[in-house]
Amino acid sequence: MSDALKTKIADVFNEPGCAKNAAKGDKERKKGCSKPLTPGAAAGGCAFDGAKIALQPITDVVHLVHGPLACEGNGWDNRHAASSGPTLYRLGATTDLTETDIVMGNGEKRLYRAIKEILARYAPAAVFVYSTCVPALIGDDIEAVCKHAAAKFGTPVIPVNAPGFAGSKNLGNKLAGEALLDHVIGTMEPETSTPYDINVLGEYNLSGELWQVKPLFERLGIRLQACITGDARYRAVASAHRARVNMMVCSTALINVARKMEERWGIPYFEGSFYGIEDTSTALRTTARMLVERGAPADLLQRTEALVAEEETRAWDRIAPYRPKLTGKRVLLYTGGVKSWSVVSALKEMGMEVVGTSVRKSTAEDKERVKAIMGDDLHMVDSIPPRELYAQLKEAKADILLSGGRTQFIALKAKMPWVDINQERHHAFAGYDGMVELVRQISLSLFNPVWGDVRRPAPWERDDPVPAHTATSAA
Amino acid sequence: MAVIVPSRKGYAVNPLKSSAPLGAALAYLGIEGAVPLLHGSQGCTSFALVLSVRHFKEAIPLQTTAMDEVATILGGTDNLEEALVNLKTRMKPKFIGIASTALVETRGEDFEGDLKTILRRRSELDGTKVVFASTPDFHGALEDGWAKAVTAIIAALVEPRSPGADAFRQVNLLPGIHQTPADIEALRQLIESFDLHPVILPDLSGSLDGHVPDRYVSTSFGGTPLEAIAPMGRALHTIAIGEHMRAPALALRDKTGVPATLFPTLTGLEPCDRLVTLLSRLAGKPAPQALRRQRSQLVDSMLDSHFHFSGKRMAIAADPDLLYCLSMAVSGMGAEVVAAISSTANSPLLDRIPAERVIVGDLADFEDEARAAGAELLITHSHGRQAAARLGVPLMRAGFPIFDRLGAQHRLTVGYVGTRNLLYEIANIVQGEIHEPRPGDFSPSPRIIVEESGHVCETASAC
Ligand code: SF4
Repeated sequence: MSDALKTKIADVFNEPGCAKNAAKGDKERKKGCSKPLTPGAAAGGCAFDGAKIALQPITDVVHLVHGPLACEGNGWDNRHAASSGPTLYRLGATTDLTETDIVMGNGEKRLYRAIKEILARYAPAAVFVYSTCVPALIGDDIEAVCKHAAAKFGTPVIPVNAPGFAGSKNLGNKLAGEALLDHVIGTMEPETSTPYDINVLGEYNLSGELWQVKPLFERLGIRLQACITGDARYRAVASAHRARVNMMVCSTALINVARKMEERWGIPYFEGSFYGIEDTSTALRTTARMLVERGAPADLLQRTEALVAEEETRAWDRIAPYRPKLTGKRVLLYTGGVKSWSVVSALKEMGMEVVGTSVRKSTAEDKERVKAIMGDDLHMVDSIPPRELYAQLKEAKADILLSGGRTQFIALKAKMPWVDINQERHHAFAGYDGMVELVRQISLSLFNPVWGDVRRPAPWERDDPVPAHTATSAA
Repeated sequence: MAVIVPSRKGYAVNPLKSSAPLGAALAYLGIEGAVPLLHGSQGCTSFALVLSVRHFKEAIPLQTTAMDEVATILGGTDNLEEALVNLKTRMKPKFIGIASTALVETRGEDFEGDLKTILRRRSELDGTKVVFASTPDFHGALEDGWAKAVTAIIAALVEPRSPGADAFRQVNLLPGIHQTPADIEALRQLIESFDLHPVILPDLSGSLDGHVPDRYVSTSFGGTPLEAIAPMGRALHTIAIGEHMRAPALALRDKTGVPATLFPTLTGLEPCDRLVTLLSRLAGKPAPQALRRQRSQLVDSMLDSHFHFSGKRMAIAADPDLLYCLSMAVSGMGAEVVAAISSTANSPLLDRIPAERVIVGDLADFEDEARAAGAELLITHSHGRQAAARLGVPLMRAGFPIFDRLGAQHRLTVGYVGTRNLLYEIANIVQGEIHEPRPGDFSPSPRIIVEESGHVCETASAC
């Protein structure tokens, strides 16, 4: 690992903007955010994976992975980050290093040639080049290659230095943010600027969720200068430094970007979420307030209140019919991706009982909020081993599991309803409409007649076997 | 004779191949009570896991030695040891199959030697069989990883034939990675229908066929029992499918003296006939009645469906053995393979593929070739969907991964019944695409007249 990368990693681990980090002691902070992995008991993606997740949604660029096949070959085109236009970002490009390249030290040459050919064939707005473990191990200098190629061909070529073995997905998110800060944001000027311009950070437009909230902003006259990076265009990200306010969505994945943009360009930021009715309203209100503080006309505040009131009523009206059906149903919420509390509060509103929720990726503050909503912390768990999760479902200690793909088959094999609320999901659950959709999906899943049918014992498992003679005569 | 052409690009776009360690992991999953362990950084395992889950729609046990940078530089033995011990205590597998990744292979270590030391030192690993295969990502693809894993299992677990042992009515079957769980199940039944006893290595028909066990199992569930592997030497014969299974078949033959027959493909009338002849000879029995009817049904389906193949321009992209299998099947029905893309050059069969040339490349090559040749049907795995959409040509999904269609594991494509299914499936896609003839179709392009004429009479008789 190059010294530059080591410094970067130390820097992101030291993030003062991160609440969790601020609560740590010096020593603890040095250890970094990720727990050391246990060989033989590890799950989760690598830093490269995280970097790719954070940047891949930029639609008009080519994402080129420098490494042997596995990194891109096994993982390309696997998420639903949607685009309203260009499809170039879905191209799975890799230098596909062979043994000879590695042994002969041809990696850099191969990378350079790949950049050249890609620019010639696809004419992208930029090329993002991702480092992976093998080139990092043999010391390929992707920054130098990118710099050289950019100068030579006159198109931005952005090095993303987050080799898998550097750490977790979360670290990769942050290193991707660093690449944007170092090479992209602030390198272009927007065509126009208004006092209503904001950026949304950490929203990837999975299943088109951005489009569930973008119209809300638009109705208030708030303009999305850049979404970083859902449905983004390179130019928009490059000129994101002219926005007035940054909203950081959901997680602290891109906290370093938010904080450094404040430092460099004086853009204040807040952390918000589009999951849950209350959260969406809060996000809209905070955005409006901060824009006004930065000089936008004050009537924005009243307009926001009016919109919030209208949308909340509309959402609750649509949710109301589900209430009688869902009241009393028990939910097991197992996720790290979506803020537990925002979903918990929505489920509570439905009269549902949350019998357990995982807080494994939540901050202390999040945990407090879950506790406040649930009344106690009895049902907060860090993680549940798969075997136990299966047992809980099998013994019907919950009526439905809301979780991510990793636990999908545990629920299904226990013949229990399951709704996907993680990032690979196919339904969009953001904003007011998204919460209505989530409630609808939960209801559809719970009341699907299939459950009754698949749980019926097989003929040979029944306690009252059909007497032999009736069986014959019936046949 | 096809000319083999390497891709002209200096990089890959829209990869056709999946990596070798994943191939090895899938083979290991065909052993009962198994956990595959990828020796490398955690990301490789995570990608492989997600992809396999998307294909099989099953929870897949797959673990990693979680190498970080420091461990890579210092050497991975400690991580390997820790991973084995942790796996053993947490999941209690009967079998752990290790596959190395590019990262640890680039560093280079004496994995086999280290493994021996670990097994000697850690008595808690007693009772679990541990096997190692070297499968760096930068060499080959799924087929290579699968074959190396099977070879490693044979080398480690099969007992050499003891001179006194009696041959038993046993037949060893070594399926390739292009056989689905349904294919394997069908071959098992075929062998049993001759009163022979099949031992299948590896056997995904039990472990990845999609079933609902009534308890939680963290390892593979089903698959080849370890007890069946050791005595593979008492078989009458070994049947291997696909050129990539040549090395494992030879390893088994050399170790046990059991003669082996390699079938490059078992899709199509002629190869199925040869298999039946062989089984009949081994069993000393004529083919059972049911099988004779299946053959007759296949012949009938060939007669009925050949109209839809005749002169059709098809583009196929796959790993070498599947490419061979599919292109032989469709060209044998009169279709023209206008684009043949192979994921690797690691097969002597490539030049026997019925196409003018075979490009060793990716799905971008596939798309370019298919467009240039005016292909009317694309055959490749799910990642071909982008090309199909851009070209406006239907896609038949075949190979790995298939993540946007259900039932990949139950698709039967070998034997008389499987061949019949495959022909019908392709013919139906082709039929579904044909539009009602319009005057404009008949001029000025003469090609359309030729193609559509077969269809006109077919529609008339079918309606
Ligand atoms: S861990 Fe390294 S080699 Fe594996 S996928 Fe991630 S970047 Fe690639």
